[in-house]
Amino acid sequence: MTAAPILEVTNIEVIYKKTIQVLRGLSLAVPKGEIVALLGSNGAGKSTTLKAVSNLLSLENGAVSAGSIRFAGTDVSTLRPHELVRSGLFHVMEGRRIFEDLTVDENLVAATYARTGSAAARFDLVYEYFPNLHTRRGVRAGYLSGGEQQMLAIGRALVAEPQLILLDEPSLGLSPKLVEEIFTIIARINAEQRVSMLLVEQNAAIAFAVANYGYIMESGRIVIDGPVERLTRDQDVREFYLGLGGEGGARSYRDIKHYKRRKRWLS
Amino acid sequence: MEMDWLLLAEVSLAGLGTGGLYALTALAFVIIYKATRVVNLAIGEILMLGAYAFFGLAAGWALPWWVAALGALAVAGVFGAVVERTIIRPMLGESPISVFMVTVGLGSMLVGVVELIWTADPHRLPEFMPNTPILIGDAFLAPKIGYGFMVAAAVIAVFVLLFRFWRGGVALRATASDQAAAYSVGINVPGVFSLAWIVACMVAAGAGILVGSIGGISSTMGVFGLSVLVVVIVGGLDSVPGALVAGLLVGLVEALAGAYLGGEFKLLATFSLLVAVLMVHPYGLFGTREIERL
Repeated sequence: MTAAPILEVTNIEVIYKKTIQVLRGLSLAVPKGEIVALLGSNGAGKSTTLKAVSNLLSLENGAVSAGSIRFAGTDVSTLRPHELVRSGLFHVMEGRRIFEDLTVDENLVAATYARTGSAAARFDLVYEYFPNLHTRRGVRAGYLSGGEQQMLAIGRALVAEPQLILLDEPSLGLSPKLVEEIFTIIARINAEQRVSMLLVEQNAAIAFAVANYGYIMESGRIVIDGPVERLTRDQDVREFYLGLGGEGGARSYRDIKHYKRRKRWLS
Repeated sequence: MEMDWLLLAEVSLAGLGTGGLYALTALAFVIIYKATRVVNLAIGEILMLGAYAFFGLAAGWALPWWVAALGALAVAGVFGAVVERTIIRPMLGESPISVFMVTVGLGSMLVGVVELIWTADPHRLPEFMPNTPILIGDAFLAPKIGYGFMVAAAVIAVFVLLFRFWRGGVALRATASDQAAAYSVGINVPGVFSLAWIVACMVAAGAGILVGSIGGISSTMGVFGLSVLVVVIVGGLDSVPGALVAGLLVGLVEALAGAYLGGEFKLLATFSLLVAVLMVHPYGLFGTREIERL
């Protein structure tokens, strides 16, 4: 990490409805042009982290109560969500969140609000990455398959031509084959368009396949981080996130040591 | 019995003419519903506000009719902006029933305000439309209804084109479909809300001027909104073409029922139509069906 990071999250705390604390002093950074993976189990606060970054927390009665989030040097809390998008930070939300009543084409048109210049060339680019979508461009998006909807969600981000994409579980609910296809394109977009990405995933193996750096969070804070090569060698990460037994072979769930080690992680 | 075709034609024309005004008011309702998913029951009273604002400016201040009309539209626009910002937006995220009840209250308050300023007595609006009768074949059509219909048709046509070809139409529908996702693609969601309320209130006020110039104005003219509610439910809450078709249909059915069965059957006829349509098309004739993925 030599160049200044495009995204810098420093010691943030997030509280929902003024009572429930979800993030406790979380810090992370996304270097320019890289893919950073953010992993963790259900409820660890991964999606909340992304919403804090894209300033969408207030829609869910959440607020950043401490710490700072800087995107390309600007404090994101000074911008309203749509202004933040126009400044180059695009959030592909969990569950795809395409506009079901609009056609594929209209979904992309909606995303032109994220930019100022003409978008015609970007539409071609989207259809180049996702030829499937082109054949279905006049279809109402609600009728697309799950995979096509995820492609459309990423396509909207491409139209916006952002500097940083926040990707929230692109593998959610997709078949292994589709997951592979989508991640191949994600890696291509990163390489060809030089877009930085912060990738939230449950599927650690596929996330590590495309990411340069990884953070793992539990209960609202980062518990371990490092370059992907080092994380994939880490004993605990292999066992808890990649599902690879430490010494090989299936482990018994009665293995009490496992729980002890896991507990140490969570506390 | 000999069928009187001329009477039928005249009754139908008058019905379609009124239907045009229903359609225009329904358009105001649909714009707000489309963008914000708010069922605005005050639409009839906003229509009344527009008519009274026109009355105040044209009769009270003696302004030329077109200045008064623009003034009334401006008053309604400002009203829409203020209501959206101070009453509706804080209700975002509350249950739809709460928001709906707030608009009921808003309607009552508007009636009260109008009665405080102008009393509850009916008034006539200054004449501003040509009053040479319109003849279509041999059938006579009251000029006010005819011209009212033309204005309504023109405004509706403009909106149909806007929704189809203007990027803002997409933004409106995107916002209606998923607010958080609309934010995430860079749409200024609060801006869309404001715009929808401003435009809808102006459309309703325009309809109010037309309705008032035909039948006079009174503090109870908001009941016009009741027929409009039937129109939007029949047409589909979020459909502009639906508002158009259902407006004409309800106007026609009402006029025919009134002429051939008697005035007391008007409401019976329209509500029967409502029930019949809902039994076949629960989302209205052109309403968006929710897409269920299994």
